Amino acid sequence: MTRDPLKLALPLAVFVMAIAGWEIYVRAADVPPYILPAPSLIAATMKADWPLLSASLLVTLKTTLAALVLAVFGGVTLAAALSLSRIVEYSLYPFAVVLQVTPVIAIAPLLLIYMPQDVAVLACAWLVAFFPILSNTMLGLQSVDRNLLELFRLYGAPAHEGWSARLGSRLKAFWYLRRPAALPAFLAGLRIAGGLSLIGAVVAEMAAGSAGAGSGLAYRIIESQYRLNIPRLFAALVLLALMGVILFLALSALTRILLRHWHESALPREA
Amino acid sequence: MNAPILVSLGRVGKVFANGVTALDGLDLDVREGDFLSLLGPSGCGKSTVLRLIAGLTEPTSGIVTWPGSSDADHRGEVGFVFQEPTLMPWANVADNVWLPLRLRGVSRREAKDRIAESLALVRLEDFAKAYPRELSGGMKMRVSIARALSVRPRLLLMDEPFAALDEITRFKLNDDLLEARRELNCTIVFVTHSVYESAYLSSRIAVLSPRPGRVVAEIAGASPWERSGDFRTSLAYSDLCRQASRALTSSMTGERLQ
Repeated sequence: MTRDPLKLALPLAVFVMAIAGWEIYVRAADVPPYILPAPSLIAATMKADWPLLSASLLVTLKTTLAALVLAVFGGVTLAAALSLSRIVEYSLYPFAVVLQVTPVIAIAPLLLIYMPQDVAVLACAWLVAFFPILSNTMLGLQSVDRNLLELFRLYGAPAHEGWSARLGSRLKAFWYLRRPAALPAFLAGLRIAGGLSLIGAVVAEMAAGSAGAGSGLAYRIIESQYRLNIPRLFAALVLLALMGVILFLALSALTRILLRHWHESALPREA
Repeated sequence: MNAPILVSLGRVGKVFANGVTALDGLDLDVREGDFLSLLGPSGCGKSTVLRLIAGLTEPTSGIVTWPGSSDADHRGEVGFVFQEPTLMPWANVADNVWLPLRLRGVSRREAKDRIAESLALVRLEDFAKAYPRELSGGMKMRVSIARALSVRPRLLLMDEPFAALDEITRFKLNDDLLEARRELNCTIVFVTHSVYESAYLSSRIAVLSPRPGRVVAEIAGASPWERSGDFRTSLAYSDLCRQASRALTSSMTGERLQ
């Protein structure tokens, strides 16, 4: 697989030019740093405030990753239960939808009343990340070739052998057929959930707004805004953006590794 | 002359949930060693006949019986090949062939020889590690056939397996199918809408009427079984094509042939 060098060089050139233009503009027009700090000042602030910012980065990163892991666990478990049993699907799915369509920022204050703050932040991030995994995994589990399912009926347990044999063959069909068939859709959901868990963490931190130890990057942004410390606000923002980009790249790489043998989306594009 | 009956369909009717009558009063005997082609216009219920034999669906009226065996469940003796290859894209060729055995609890190690034999039958020995997306349409269909043969079925049911392939590939697969059949000595019921394919392959051709389907004519196919390279240009072959073609035409216009 040969990579087009332009794919990396072009965006890099645009980025460097934009930063240079920004720096030149701020210096030429003498813009005060509390309105728009120059990139060089943001970099210097990042370095000076690193102990504070890195601690906050760690807090937000932990929340985001924990929310993502819990969302995968909950989303996949529920999707599996829903796909194995009609009864479970009919009774639970509507509530999952209600949770999803209610804006999480509106739930956050409530969660903060009922839970300790760090748990509430985690719960918010989890709520946002959970649904794309659930719905995508369900879609994947259901989009199995019908003929392949017929093969399972043909070679699997006969219908007259009682419910335990039928359940066994249903579980086999799930493990051999639905699970691998659902993988591409699940991974698509995971990539969306990765970004959303970060958004959820940020939104919840902003709603919680606590000071002192254990406050994340989003809180640093609010705090810096109140204190007109705009360079630090930008520095925190840069770290959040970087975290989002790295998370996305990591999940994309995971997708490529898992699907490289068979799925169209993971194949190198024809020139 | 007449071999024992393997499966018998008596006055079988099938009405789908949407009210469409697919089959009405269909009589058909499948005898051991048959290569029986079901020839008919599209939508005449040919595929439904296969699904009834496989036990994948129940008849609305009439009865499907297996006179030779006492066991109530015959699906273990049946292999099924669909119109599409329907392979698992995430599994390589060998694992795809393993699937029916795996469902019966045969481990990969125990199945190793059987998988290799089945792939040899369809001439894909060298592609065990390949993934379906790396194969051509004809090769995918070969894998699908190897999968059906992996359980060494007494009865192989094939639902227009070569309909989507080009003619050159189809001819090649026709010959290889006949050869595999000779080696395994299994009975085949083969659904097709191609007069020429049914004439080339079959020991018996059952011509079905348009929906609701019934057998309107039976034609004895060519024997002996050896198909030499010039069978396609022989007089016997063209005569069979003419008979089958005429039966199909009259089934479409509704007149009974006797």
